Amino acid sequence: MAFVNLKKKEVQVKIVYYGPGRGGKTTNLEYIYAKFNERIQTEMVTVKTHGDRTLFFDFLPIDIGKINGYTAKMQLYTVPGQVKYNATRRLVLRGVDGIVFVADSMAVRREKNILSLKNLHENLKNYKKSIFSIPLVFQYNKVDLAEQGIPLLPFATMEKDLNSQLKRPAFEASAVTGSNVVPTLKKIITMTMASIKDELK
Amino acid sequence: MSYTLGQKQLDSIDEILQTDLVDIGVHCVFLIDMSGNIIASLDDGENRHDIYSLAALAAGNFGAVSAMAKIIGEGEFSLLFHKGKKENIHFSKVLTEFLLITLFGNDLSLGFLRLKVAESVEKIKKILEPIHTP
Repeated sequence: MAFVNLKKKEVQVKIVYYGPGRGGKTTNLEYIYAKFNERIQTEMVTVKTHGDRTLFFDFLPIDIGKINGYTAKMQLYTVPGQVKYNATRRLVLRGVDGIVFVADSMAVRREKNILSLKNLHENLKNYKKSIFSIPLVFQYNKVDLAEQGIPLLPFATMEKDLNSQLKRPAFEASAVTGSNVVPTLKKIITMTMASIKDELK
Repeated sequence: MSYTLGQKQLDSIDEILQTDLVDIGVHCVFLIDMSGNIIASLDDGENRHDIYSLAALAAGNFGAVSAMAKIIGEGEFSLLFHKGKKENIHFSKVLTEFLLITLFGNDLSLGFLRLKVAESVEKIKKILEPIHTP
């Protein structure tokens, strides 16, 4: 739920990185944090388990400058990917304005991507939001693994599995190397800001 | 979905937080929504906490505690308060979509703080009610 502060001429927007466990959601945020260090005044917040997996969420606030005369503050969150953490995953989705779905390109994770997208659909319904209308961008992550000979799903297969009905922008990316991490972020910011532009007049 | 608050409404909220809470000695007070956005924040001039992170964690924490309450058959816990050695945090829900978070030291009694928080919550409700979405 974006909040427009007319006094400070500021808009706060919530963007959530969603997707199956070990897909690279936290790695996306870590790359953004390292890359835009000078624009981020705070530490990245992570609530992790001992095994270094996201337990609740990661949080990274980032200023992206002015849009229509408003200072735009993007609040980036990740959710825990594992199936068992659905209760906390749903909490993080509360008030979401835009979603990046980080899918795992590894062939062995095909089923997990599809299940996670279904889970997103269900959890959004819980907040009376529809996956068909919310700003959403797909990121097919881990394409760098091809170099190591790990079997990956072709772009067309990922599109057919996840994006055949939704028809949203999709990026092949590598969060570890940073490839297409920033274009994914820019795309979701553009789409999310467009969805609330009527409020910024 | 999004919502907007104007100068007049935000000024009124600031005034309530200043006179009811900052003036009685709380260190820092902020009003957020359940998504973790900060609507208003004030402090006594000495606090330099990272309130954006605090707001995100507070909204998550409040959501988690409410979910626990439901599992054990409580609608909601009436007192949400974390006690530290020097700094304490108190949470109070405002309507269904907002949270008032107060940081205060041991020089202020919890009872008095709760009384003042309850008073300001009633006043803030009147301002936020028109934009409130159940």
